[in-house]
Amino acid sequence: MSALTSLLYQRRWWIFTVVAIIGFTLFTGEFKEAQTTAILASTLRQSTPLLLGALCGMLGERSGVINIGIEGQMLMSAFTGFMVAAETQSLLLGVLAGIATGMLMGASLAGLSVSLQGDQIIAGTVLNIAALGVTSFFFQQGYTLPGKTPMVDLWFLSDIPVLGRVFFSNRPITYLSLLLVPTVWYALFRTTWGLRTRAVGEHPSAAETVGISVAKMRYLNLILAGAIAGLAGAYLSLEAVGSFERNMTNGKGFVALAVMIFGRWNPVGAWGAALLFGYTNAIQTQFQFRGWFTDHPQFVGMIPFVVTIIVLAGVVGRARPPAAIGQPYSRE
Amino acid sequence: MKILRSAFIPLLAVALALLAGAALIALSGASPVDAYLALLEGSFLGTEKVPWTEALGRTLEKATPLVMGGLAVAFAFKAGLFNIGGQGQLIIGALVAGAVGYGFQGLPWIIHMPLALLAGSIAGGLWGTIPGVLKASRGAHEVITTIMLNFVAINLTDWFTSKVWREPGILARTPKIEPSAEIPRWGNIPIGFFVAVAFAFLVWYLLQRTTFGFEIRTVGLNPNAAKYAGISVKRIVVLTMTISGFLAAMGGAIETLGVVGRYEPGFNAGLGFNGITVALLARTHPLAVIPAAILIGAMEASGAIMQFKADVSPEITDIIQALMLLFVATPILVRWFFKDSDENELSVGSSWGSA
Repeated sequence: MSALTSLLYQRRWWIFTVVAIIGFTLFTGEFKEAQTTAILASTLRQSTPLLLGALCGMLGERSGVINIGIEGQMLMSAFTGFMVAAETQSLLLGVLAGIATGMLMGASLAGLSVSLQGDQIIAGTVLNIAALGVTSFFFQQGYTLPGKTPMVDLWFLSDIPVLGRVFFSNRPITYLSLLLVPTVWYALFRTTWGLRTRAVGEHPSAAETVGISVAKMRYLNLILAGAIAGLAGAYLSLEAVGSFERNMTNGKGFVALAVMIFGRWNPVGAWGAALLFGYTNAIQTQFQFRGWFTDHPQFVGMIPFVVTIIVLAGVVGRARPPAAIGQPYSRE
Repeated sequence: MKILRSAFIPLLAVALALLAGAALIALSGASPVDAYLALLEGSFLGTEKVPWTEALGRTLEKATPLVMGGLAVAFAFKAGLFNIGGQGQLIIGALVAGAVGYGFQGLPWIIHMPLALLAGSIAGGLWGTIPGVLKASRGAHEVITTIMLNFVAINLTDWFTSKVWREPGILARTPKIEPSAEIPRWGNIPIGFFVAVAFAFLVWYLLQRTTFGFEIRTVGLNPNAAKYAGISVKRIVVLTMTISGFLAAMGGAIETLGVVGRYEPGFNAGLGFNGITVALLARTHPLAVIPAAILIGAMEASGAIMQFKADVSPEITDIIQALMLLFVATPILVRWFFKDSDENELSVGSSWGSA
């Protein structure tokens, strides 16, 4: 009994936050089922690109490479995904093109930061600026998609009130991102590959002495991570919006980094963090719906970014990144 | 000789980027020669209808905020900090300069103009203090906080222009500034550019010839060593971010007082990123920022003429700039030519996640 009390006490801030969020959600939803479901479903939708971006950043950082270029990877993938889907009128090909683009961008980041041993933050910035330039240069108006990725209801599960509607009535990439959470967790913490990745990120020279190739692991991780970022890009243009817009990522790649840090470089933690950030976006729409602050939409628009800053400032001091992060590795 | 040596890599990067850009232009079906000729005409030479002084004036006009933005990034770099919040600091500076520029009446020019310029720059400096304090006290990385603050600044300036300092009418923008707050032009040549150049020299002096500058560079090279030498790393981090914000904001303030004449939301979007390009192209040397900014400014100034004369989309300059950055930031390029030196290495990654 006392163990339970002390556990509850230890987690008091988490419990407080969860209760506050539930209360606030019910309040903004006027205690009605349809509206509460709408807020939660919107939370999940808003959190998907952040979750995918955070998983991308996580794979890189776990292997010791900071990825500031997630924003650029997502934007470029959103663009190629859209263009391929519009040209071929096949959404599947579009999504695949987005993933391939992300992998290519991941490989270029690896090339710059692993092979050429450039500064990782500058390498990521190069990706961001290049993506913005290339997508603006090649984008032309007038392309249309055959629609968005289709809505899939999962059997009877989607009939469960509220939570069933939220989790089991979604589009394909959203499901995929939910599956990726346990997959990446298992891969990182229960497989040889994950152990090697983390070894390379914590102590590359020790990993090298037991025969793990640091460069190979970093390339592999960044390319896999790129595929996930590519999925995030495809999500934006093919699943969420249904078209491409200039700079449509709008800072999501950077928010994703904050999500990753808040989730402490752990996929499950990142999912929780992504939901929190998704929630700050979802209540914006709810604010508009209820007519709150409609005279001052700018302050509502600030919420996700201010929350990011507060969360970073509040948590990062205690969170510990992988030790070898940021330094190019070379055999002496 | 030393100058030639340090200028070699950036010049090579520019040449390679222009070559790659030419290939892209050719691929898109236009003539690279025409495009680059149009670039030169639009930025320096002038055309049949536009005299060369006007072309040059426009280049310098575009280069002014780039000098300041480049200085802001380069200055923070010296302390090992990566300020990508130049955009937010710039628009805060531009807004406050505009507000002071129209809000005070009857002041003589000698007081009003510097007052508006300084008010804007100081406001942006304080905006830069926020990530500095967050980094020093909480260890929050400035790359994320400055980007987030950019979005907050966009919303905040929108709010001020639509609710507080709004010109009556449909458009959400501040009223025109008083003539006594304007930074004048000398014919076609904007005087604001020379203010920026003066600040480049000032920053160079501060970094190379003062104790404070020495402390900043020490923190940038090795924060632990700096701590043991008795330098307060936290103080340096906060001050550096503040000054960096001040510099970026002054670029915005000069733009408001010398070019636009008021603050309008959405002007010069993306200037913050250009500041990074300028600073890296200059390999973070404060004086090299000037030619780098003129180069990028020339590209910005001639976009319309390139489109008109050579039928090339002006976004090609974005790609060329990204390529320049790519080549200049690639250390292998440096090592091929200078086997012995590591002075040309650029690094900020080591500060990630540690306070």
